[in-house]
Amino acid sequence: MIHLEGICKTFRVARRQAGFSQAVKALFRREYALVHALRDVSFSVSKGEMVGYIGPNGAGKSSTIKIMSGILTPDRGKCQINGLTPWEQRRRHAASIGVVFGQRSQLWWDVPVADSFLLLRDIYRMDKDTFKKSQDELVTLFQLSEIIQTPARQLSLGQRMRCEIAASLLHRPEILFLDEPTIGLDAVSKIAVRNFIKQINKERGTTVILTTHDMQDIEALTERIILIGKGRILKDGSLADLKKHCSSFKTLAVEYSEGDPVSDAYIANLPGLSLQSAVAGRAVFTLDTQTLSVSSAVTALSQRAELTDLTITGATAEEMVVSLYKEYQI
Amino acid sequence: MRLYGKYMLILLKCQMQYKTSFILTAIGQFLSSFSAFLGIYFMMTRFNAVNGFTLEEVMLCFAAVLMAFSLAECFFRGFDTFSTIISNGEFDRILVRPRNEIFQVLASKMEFTRIGRLFQAVLVFCYAIPASGIHWTFDKIATLILMIVGGIGVFCGLFIIYAALCFFTTEGLEVMNILTDGGREFGKYPLSVYGKGILKFFTYAVPHALFQYYPLLYLTDRSDSKLYMLLPLLALGFLIPCLIIWKIGVRHYRSTGS
Repeated sequence: MIHLEGICKTFRVARRQAGFSQAVKALFRREYALVHALRDVSFSVSKGEMVGYIGPNGAGKSSTIKIMSGILTPDRGKCQINGLTPWEQRRRHAASIGVVFGQRSQLWWDVPVADSFLLLRDIYRMDKDTFKKSQDELVTLFQLSEIIQTPARQLSLGQRMRCEIAASLLHRPEILFLDEPTIGLDAVSKIAVRNFIKQINKERGTTVILTTHDMQDIEALTERIILIGKGRILKDGSLADLKKHCSSFKTLAVEYSEGDPVSDAYIANLPGLSLQSAVAGRAVFTLDTQTLSVSSAVTALSQRAELTDLTITGATAEEMVVSLYKEYQI
Repeated sequence: MRLYGKYMLILLKCQMQYKTSFILTAIGQFLSSFSAFLGIYFMMTRFNAVNGFTLEEVMLCFAAVLMAFSLAECFFRGFDTFSTIISNGEFDRILVRPRNEIFQVLASKMEFTRIGRLFQAVLVFCYAIPASGIHWTFDKIATLILMIVGGIGVFCGLFIIYAALCFFTTEGLEVMNILTDGGREFGKYPLSVYGKGILKFFTYAVPHALFQYYPLLYLTDRSDSKLYMLLPLLALGFLIPCLIIWKIGVRHYRSTGS
């Protein structure tokens, strides 16, 4: 359904030092730096899949989304989505996708959301019945009935994001691109938005590709993740696989009343145990169980300090990603 | 076209949310062009004629250019403020919708406050049309309408070039205002007033004279060449290179941020 092959994209960015004199100088002579946003990116996504696309800031996530949605033209490479090349057959392609940019609104700011929906109906050439059915469905699903008559500017961020996603789904797209859909939302709204995305994927069979920095999004939504760093795909696999890869790492939190395991030379030199954070009377370690077993780590710690509490947890997705970033040095 | 109406309705609703601002801006637009009008009036009461044109004829010319400009600005405002559309990412949104991008930029912004300027133009017409002493035959009326249509075309073309340049610079180029706002200011008087060089520039480089000076010659019986009457249509041809520049620009679009 989605097929990318060898996509490359380079941006030419003007470079100059800070300061007024440099700004004046830049008026006359500019130095450009080539930024390789994407280098040889290839992957495929089949129908109905939910894919989490992750990577640090500036890794090329948004550029990939923009290429797949037909906004940017890549320098090289092939991209086939439903048999169309997005940047060449832009209009036909646009009719079958929905795009949500978490940081930008697509609703008309000063009019009720329902009015925006009506205009979208005409933009996407939907007939009355299809539109009505689709809108009613989304209003029930996203619980919009109370806010749909409110101007977009008066909505809270969480309410607006629900409306944004609904707006992108009105024309029943086969593919939904979500670029940081939960950015800036509170915990309750985040969970709500996640549930909606999940339901849409299940009920309509919509293919979903989402970029996010929030690992809970990934854990809650996607089975497959693609990791990108410095414009390259570093890992493409299921979340479970990645967890296995990282499961040798445990987090070890101790509270102590006597002794000082933090500044202890013996603990510090223990292979496989590294300090994450510490406050007076509490320390958190990362433990690599492949080098050091849980029991010997606990023994070592209890020899050096009087422990009052101890918790051991497996790696969260968050830590997994941090360790992946470290591993690939991005 | 129906969709354009829908867009218009929603934008009108948006602007009406801020009624006081709307009314004050409209009045401001009226007054600012009124001062330009007064300028001509005082000048002409001193000198009676400029380069052989009477006050009424100059006013006719002024009104036609003003009307074309305010109509163009009212409906093609999206191109005039295109740098904001690019920098706030709205253009990304436009590209993911299954409609022509020029149409969407066109429909994304309309400046209804320009009604103040438009009203000014109508007022001046109301005075100048009977007072100009022109015998209004069918030809003459058609010429006047063509002047306005041609004017809208040229100003709109300039707005499109202005917008297309944003693809390369991200920011708007104020230099272009010489041709748009400047074109309007120059257009207050028949372009021959400024001398041969300027007239040539505005004939061959940027075709302001095609919808202003030459048809005016026909209108005021200074020339009876039917060609002069039809020149505004030729001015519309200016849109073609503008659209080509636009197309090249879209291909260079590189989006912004996040």
